[in-house]
Amino acid sequence: MIAKLFAIAVTIFARIVTGVRGEWRGCLPEARQRIYFANHTSHGDFVLIWTVLPAALRRCTRPVAAADYWRQGRLRRFIGEKVFDAVLIDRDAAARQADPIEILLAALDRGASLIFFPEGTRNTTGQRLLPFRGGLYRLASARPQVELVPVWIDNLNRVLPKGEIVPLPLLCTVTFGTPVSVAPGEESGPFRERSRDALLALAPAVEDEE
Amino acid sequence: MSAGQATLAVFGGISAILLAASLIGFALAHRFAESPVVGNLNARIKAWWVMVALIGLAFALGKAGVITLFAIASFAALREFLTLTRTRRGDHLALAAAFFVVLPLQYYLIWIEWYGLYSILIPVYVFLLLPVVAALRGDTAQFMRRIAEVQWGLMISVYCVSHVPALLTLPIPGFEHRKLLLIAFLILVVQSSDVLQYVWGKLLGRRQIAPSLSPSKTVEGFVGGVASATLLGAALWWITPFSPWQAAIMALVINVMGFCGGLVMSAIKRDRGVKDWGQMIEGHGGMLDRLDSVIFAAPIFFHLTRYWWTV
Repeated sequence: MIAKLFAIAVTIFARIVTGVRGEWRGCLPEARQRIYFANHTSHGDFVLIWTVLPAALRRCTRPVAAADYWRQGRLRRFIGEKVFDAVLIDRDAAARQADPIEILLAALDRGASLIFFPEGTRNTTGQRLLPFRGGLYRLASARPQVELVPVWIDNLNRVLPKGEIVPLPLLCTVTFGTPVSVAPGEESGPFRERSRDALLALAPAVEDEE
Repeated sequence: MSAGQATLAVFGGISAILLAASLIGFALAHRFAESPVVGNLNARIKAWWVMVALIGLAFALGKAGVITLFAIASFAALREFLTLTRTRRGDHLALAAAFFVVLPLQYYLIWIEWYGLYSILIPVYVFLLLPVVAALRGDTAQFMRRIAEVQWGLMISVYCVSHVPALLTLPIPGFEHRKLLLIAFLILVVQSSDVLQYVWGKLLGRRQIAPSLSPSKTVEGFVGGVASATLLGAALWWITPFSPWQAAIMALVINVMGFCGGLVMSAIKRDRGVKDWGQMIEGHGGMLDRLDSVIFAAPIFFHLTRYWWTV
């Protein structure tokens, strides 16, 4: 109950600060199992995707997040586990007991949709998008019936850049693109390129890169 | 006629026109159910009702209501403007100051009616100090362009917009309790000029004025719209401190300024590759799309009135 109210409060707060708007450019907000894969520049990324999803979809969509961050402290633990029902995975390959992919597949098999950041970590470089890691390919080849929807989150990195305290009330948009899937016999490398291009295609054009 | 009666008469007139527009829109929607133009027209009429209701509410609350309404409008405009600028991490503090210090301070100065400071706060103090905040962060890439864009955003979204409520601070002899009507005059004339330019353009528009900026702006629309809105301004002389002739000249000036505002703001949108500033108001786009003409008209209207009619 408290977690539910907290979730509503977070989405309202996100709407006020960022005026976020969802743009369904390549698909519709339908009730089907999906992996929303997005660019990752801020801890607020999945909150924005979550905010623009219709309430019915929101309930069965779980963000994939780093256990080392979201298990730290009681507040983060509460937000991560209770409010957003995040699927937490261990990033430290040496210390972890379970393969993160197995955990994600188990979540998919229970019917959840996932919010997934294939760059593997927050992008704090000047580049628009880091190279994708292999996770998305492994999930997609293991569960080919799940739709892979590219989602570009625009401007959130300007709202609260790393190290700043005061968020700027700049407008953010979340753009949902056309679903991609692994072609028969496609290798990991080409698929990573292709899915990354599909995500980049949703980003607004810029004339200058850093 | 007392100030209250005049205000009621103005809002009654606007409501009657909107009611007629709604009925026509309803009939059109019945006949051309599929037409996107009719759908957009009805969305616009609905948004007009909301805007008129908000302005009416602000008027009912008096000075505090009007200042709050335009401060919120400035906030929405500034976030739309700065969203489209190319600022960098080094600007974060300066941008935070723009939103959370400069904007409230400007409206506070209008509240306490300190003309000597609110008229130069942004063009002088902020102009000189904000680049210092950005410079101290040490990021020099695109520095000149970044600070110029932020300053421009503040001038357009905060300074110019704030000149609408600033009309309430003008000491016009014999007009002490009617200053809200001056705001009604400005907004009504400029906004109807926008609508009339659109209508005349749709009816008779042939020659485009600036095809690379806006395909809908035509010579016929401009002349017809400005002329008819100027007549409307003259007809509204009784809510202003102006004579009918003076009201006509004032209306002409603000209509032309309003047209220029639409032109300049279109040029910026074209440069940034967007059609609208935002998606805030259905059918209208963002706050800046709705306010562009008022933004360019308000400071000029303010200073002309101040120069000739105040003591």
